[in-house]
Amino acid sequence: MFGSGALKGLRVTLREFVSTYVDDIKRIPSRYAGGREEIDQSSAGEQHGLFTIQYPEEHRKLPERFRYIPILIYDAETGEDRCTACGICAKVCPPQCIWIVRAKDESGKPVTRPAEFCIDTTICMNCGLCAEFCPFDAIKMDHNFEIATYDRMPQLLFDLKALRVPTTHYAQIRPGDWAAEQAARAAKEAEKAARDAERAAKASQQSSA
Amino acid sequence: MTIKTEPAARTSVQESTLCIEETTLPYGDAVPGAVLEDSKSGLVVAAEKLTELATYLRDHEGYDYLSMVTSIDWPSYLEVVYYLYGVGQPKPAKVLRVRLPDKANPALPSVVSVWPGADFQEREVYDMMGIRFEGHPNLRRILLWEGFEGHPLRKDYRESYFEEDAKPYKSRHPDGAHLWAEDRVPWKDNVSYPVGWDPDLWTQPEVQYRRIMGVDDQVDSGNGSKFGTERVLINMGPQHPSTHGVFRMVAAVDGESVVGLEPEMGYLHRCHEKIGERNTYIMNIPYTDRLDYITSMSNNLGYVLAVEKLMGLQVPERAEYVRVIMAEFTRIVSHFIAIGFLFNDLGAYFTPALYGLRERELILDLFEAASGSRMMCNYMRFGGVSADLPEGWIERAKELVTNRLPRVMEEFENLLTGNEIFLMRTRGIGVLTAKESTAYSMAGPMLRASGVVYDVRRAEPYSIYSRFDFDVITQPEGDVWARFIVRMREIYESLRILRQALDGIPEGPIMPPGKKQYQVRVPPGEAYSRIEGPKGELGFYVVSDGKPNPYRYHVRAPTFINLTSLAKMCVGHKIADSVVILGAIDIVLGEVDR
Repeated sequence: MFGSGALKGLRVTLREFVSTYVDDIKRIPSRYAGGREEIDQSSAGEQHGLFTIQYPEEHRKLPERFRYIPILIYDAETGEDRCTACGICAKVCPPQCIWIVRAKDESGKPVTRPAEFCIDTTICMNCGLCAEFCPFDAIKMDHNFEIATYDRMPQLLFDLKALRVPTTHYAQIRPGDWAAEQAARAAKEAEKAARDAERAAKASQQSSA
Repeated sequence: MTIKTEPAARTSVQESTLCIEETTLPYGDAVPGAVLEDSKSGLVVAAEKLTELATYLRDHEGYDYLSMVTSIDWPSYLEVVYYLYGVGQPKPAKVLRVRLPDKANPALPSVVSVWPGADFQEREVYDMMGIRFEGHPNLRRILLWEGFEGHPLRKDYRESYFEEDAKPYKSRHPDGAHLWAEDRVPWKDNVSYPVGWDPDLWTQPEVQYRRIMGVDDQVDSGNGSKFGTERVLINMGPQHPSTHGVFRMVAAVDGESVVGLEPEMGYLHRCHEKIGERNTYIMNIPYTDRLDYITSMSNNLGYVLAVEKLMGLQVPERAEYVRVIMAEFTRIVSHFIAIGFLFNDLGAYFTPALYGLRERELILDLFEAASGSRMMCNYMRFGGVSADLPEGWIERAKELVTNRLPRVMEEFENLLTGNEIFLMRTRGIGVLTAKESTAYSMAGPMLRASGVVYDVRRAEPYSIYSRFDFDVITQPEGDVWARFIVRMREIYESLRILRQALDGIPEGPIMPPGKKQYQVRVPPGEAYSRIEGPKGELGFYVVSDGKPNPYRYHVRAPTFINLTSLAKMCVGHKIADSVVILGAIDIVLGEVDR
């Protein structure tokens, strides 16, 4: 029948319109009831209507692996940088946006610490290869994507001061990775302790013999 | 093989070599003297015999599909490489190589008369490498503009802000005091122009569109034909919503009918291939995301397959499954967008496109959970994938594949497929016959909508596609409607593959044993790997010389080559239909312009 396509289309549009409200009524408490903040969309499979997020009032819940600009981790307790200025991140960076100056001691000998560490975020392509290949778990990808500024120079050139974050921040944005890392560290330490104990036992045996 | 010349018979060297060629080299009987050498990486062909051999291969050997034309700048010569396949009868690649020792003025005959699909590819080679193709109907720059100086893929070419021949750059570590790119280059942008040439005074040559304007056809025959209507040149794009990006169609119209059309592209050109040659192998993976930015997972897959072919890596079982799952989800995403925006071009403003995008968001959520990014996934690695699937991922994917997407597809079918306005606008529009689409090197849904049963997943299975049960969808009509139907049905086939893969995915490692390497060792050689990307045959051609950076890196972009037939499809239709025909090709400018 001529015109049936148009009627069908109108019906679908009407259904979408209504089910958007139905979806919200089903949700207890309603999305718009109070603090419109973080929306978890991972269960949106059952939703029928629209699922627009009213950014910036609302935010989408980011998955743990979400990556944006790299950050440098330092130990929250000791304040020590994990970075040893080995330069692997600078070597693997596809757009070559990482600049590292290795620190030197008084005699001019290089030490395993960065004196300067710059990431040109105007060039960074958020690929995450630096974090993936860092052997010291020192560089990670941040979740904060709201870095817009008025000027490119120098606001978007992140130096050591802008990049350093404590381990607590890392634990907060990537709880799963953090737990795995802690477990691996604990296992390593236990292994080391066991080895030390064994060695001590052997030494005492030898000395007694 | 090498031809040995006996010192005793030096007087008849010419004769004896000819004799040897005819008896031992392939096609020596059919096209004498065409093949100079039968090397492991293909047949080295004499330039002057190329078209003759090409015609023979097409007509008698069944190599009716010219998959890729590219060129390599070797230290002592330039080489043009042709990859041929058979579409009617799938067969392994036939590689032809033509060597041109004269680097100052390289030229060889064009094969456009044999395979029209060579048109844009030869223009690209001319543009990027400066090789002239004699007899090409329209040999001018394609990605760069007419006033451009130099040929970027020559090894001696240095781009603006050139720093070093290969990454990683030495200035970054250990004394990497930051410098802005503008300050780093003493001559600022180091763009050079031809001698005595002023960019401000340059105007586009008037005769550039002579061909489509029919300037040369309008001779006065005396019978009053010159009093016909005047052709008008219309520029659609580069800023035009119907061109899906910065793409320009120059159409010559007679009234409302298109009488000639020329696609202009390159507005998004960044010389992906030159960047790829500066990069190390692993650095290229995130750059492939930016080719067709809707299908980054497929692009990753195509590239890592090419490098794995060179390295001889064995991919763990679980990683193979993950790759197939990601590639098929990508196909669904791409087809949803293609279908949605096809309706946009028809004037169904944004409703189908938004419904398609909504489902895409759910799939992108899955990509994001696994890889960390929605569009620039950067997920595949040489030998596997970068991270295992997070907890609960497979359940979410299963829910989507078994419940939501079939339901949505039903809705889509109900809403779109039978719509009479849609049928009226798309039936019989932009028809390509099976023969034409093969000759034009069309790929993917475009080829299959012309009734050609050809799918790289079937013809030359890669990864673990040979294990899955799916149909190759074809449609005999060859018009825009058929392209839509093929895409719709391919979504169902992708869902079928996904169901099998999600059920069969084993536990296990996702990378081969050993430490993760950021500097991979790739043995010298060359590899061309092609996959059935959502938009067609996506090929990656990698030449290694054993160094950390590829010597040559070329992308066979399906949408770029699919555009070759745009003029052919549009001529004779109304100008409004050309928008729909372009929409049905489903171009993404990140890939077209590279």
